[in-house]
Amino acid sequence: MTAQPTSNANVPFGQRLRDWWNSRSRFEQWACIIPVVVFVYLLPYLNFFPLSTEPWTDYELALFNAARLGLIALGLNVVLGQAGLLDLGYVGFFAIGAYVAAIMTSPDSFLDNPDYSWFVVVPVAMVITMISGIVIGTPTLRLRGDYLAIVTLGFGEMVRLLADNIDPLRGNRGFQEVGRPPGTYADGSPIFTQTDGKPWYWLTITCIIVVLVLVGNLERSRVGRAWVAIREDEDAAELMGVPTFRFKVWAFVIGAAVGGLSGVLYAGQIGFVNNQRFDVVTSILFVAAVVLGGSGNKLGVLLGALVISYVPDRLQLAPEYRFLFFGLALMVLMVFRPQGLLGARQRLLARGRQAYVRLVGRPEQVGTESALTDSGSGVGS
Amino acid sequence: MDLPLLLNFVATVIQASGGSIDFNTQLLAERFWANTIDGLAYGSIYALVAIGYTLVYGVLKLINFAHSEVFIVGAFGAYATFVMLGYQPGVTLETGLGPLIANLTLAGLVAMLCSAATAFLLERVAYRPLRRRNAPRLVFLITAIGASFAIQQFFLIWRGGNPEPSIRLLRPEAVFEFENARITQIQIIVFVAAIVLLLVADTFVNRTRLGRGLRAVAQDPDTAALMGVNQERVIMLTFALGGLLAGAAALFYIMQIPQGVLYNGGFILGIKAFTAAVLGGIGNLRGAVLGGLLLGVVENYGQTLFGGEWRDVVAFVVLIAVLMVRPTGILGESLGKARV
Repeated sequence: MTAQPTSNANVPFGQRLRDWWNSRSRFEQWACIIPVVVFVYLLPYLNFFPLSTEPWTDYELALFNAARLGLIALGLNVVLGQAGLLDLGYVGFFAIGAYVAAIMTSPDSFLDNPDYSWFVVVPVAMVITMISGIVIGTPTLRLRGDYLAIVTLGFGEMVRLLADNIDPLRGNRGFQEVGRPPGTYADGSPIFTQTDGKPWYWLTITCIIVVLVLVGNLERSRVGRAWVAIREDEDAAELMGVPTFRFKVWAFVIGAAVGGLSGVLYAGQIGFVNNQRFDVVTSILFVAAVVLGGSGNKLGVLLGALVISYVPDRLQLAPEYRFLFFGLALMVLMVFRPQGLLGARQRLLARGRQAYVRLVGRPEQVGTESALTDSGSGVGS
Repeated sequence: MDLPLLLNFVATVIQASGGSIDFNTQLLAERFWANTIDGLAYGSIYALVAIGYTLVYGVLKLINFAHSEVFIVGAFGAYATFVMLGYQPGVTLETGLGPLIANLTLAGLVAMLCSAATAFLLERVAYRPLRRRNAPRLVFLITAIGASFAIQQFFLIWRGGNPEPSIRLLRPEAVFEFENARITQIQIIVFVAAIVLLLVADTFVNRTRLGRGLRAVAQDPDTAALMGVNQERVIMLTFALGGLLAGAAALFYIMQIPQGVLYNGGFILGIKAFTAAVLGGIGNLRGAVLGGLLLGVVENYGQTLFGGEWRDVVAFVVLIAVLMVRPTGILGESLGKARV
């Protein structure tokens, strides 16, 4: 008789859950995923006791903000979690997306006829942020580790300072009436407004699902394997023939596109873009969401975004105590879960898992060792 | 190379889009020495704070993001000392030279103690538990951010969102003039005191027994431990030393700046100091000093050349330009590999 690891009481609950999940068939997995997705879409209607953030914060807008941060965290996770590049200037891409949306749709813009449709704005903004990803990535990605961190931080600040100082970008005055997605209800009132968070939330969740599928496929492709190789050991990857520089730029560019998209969403919902929301602190909050949730784990970073954005809203703390609590909570959480709420796992692909089960007779044992969980060369390693 | 292209591109974009940038070389020539001296005085503050970053990085390989808060606690400490000594905002007490020096020294000591205590506490609460758990390096960054947030917010709640009204023990007075540059007594005091402290720190790290232990841990923590170096003590020492220097920098900071202390006043200064540390080669003590002084001076030139709003852009462009040419900073060696 072989002892099933699932029945072993010593195996932690999370591990057992994962083993159970991995031994389900594709069909059973979908049968579980679909109700969860439906539940997520229905969240705005659950505006009562355990979930509601009112009367302090509008519940639907709190959901939208959490979802928006989730989208950003997914984009940053490509750069930070997959390719292992510590980017402290991610807010720059977010800002560029928001500014492109503003310039293309706001009446304050310097363009002659700034009334492009939202469906034109999104691809244009994403392409422009991708180009800026190449422009920023090409000189900086030759650097490594902490040097990369400080240089990206500098670039992030520069994006904001340019917005401050270049006249047509209007600095503090900003752009009013940024365009929103088209569409009206039966009575003619627009669907997307500043005050109604529901449509924005649904739109963002849809974007998240699309990005999850696209990024997930990318991760299972040659590109994703190259990223993991770079993250684990850049020199070894280079020696094995991975064009590391090119793939690092790719990670930057794809992360940038997602950042730009979330910038457009943000600008549309607020309806106003100026230079105030794109500082280093915002950028660091993005990194915090990714690391807190578990860098490299897509579900983890979504959870991290939820903690960073929704929990302070839900706790209904007085605004002045909010960040104090937030800072302390961040410290405590990281001390007790250094790998993040859901840590990254090295996993076999679907075919590999099936083969493993056939050969070994039990589900794959998921390792936790990776560069992300290594304490580096400092003291204590 | 990519960088000149990029800079060209930025300049073209700026000029094409309205051109708020004009190169004021005339003014720079006029103010060259004034800028240099002011930059050195300001840069010595960067240098003192940068050493805190570079020491911790050298020993633990981690960016101590909360070091800016270590600095600001010191600034509040010095300010509180001024208040307790009977100084009031807007009024310059006319005291003799002796009491003035005594008061400044006292404020400096209080600031250094406050900063060192904060750094020490930070190490205990935010970093040590993580080291025990062998946490990934990124996680230290996040707890540091958490600690930084918490300390900032603590001061925001306690002292409010407006800067403390500025207290000046000394009114800036020109001692002598040099090539159009008025040199004030404050600049001289700050620069000289900072250089003395930097020399002391350098001697400490390079010449004493404790400093040798520190360098040994930076070079190879495990071997150092086997050789009988007490790691925990070295780490505490590293944080304390960085804190002491940050506290001294905090005193110089409130002596020099016209505006008062604000709860988030350390943040930008911290980023600049970290930039300075990277510029000189992070993990390298003398690199941090060089980077700090260089950054202070170059920022001032940039400010005169392009206008005050471009000051921070100049700082980052210099950083990126240097890292393109020398990817490990100007002096580019780590603390461990520093001279024997």
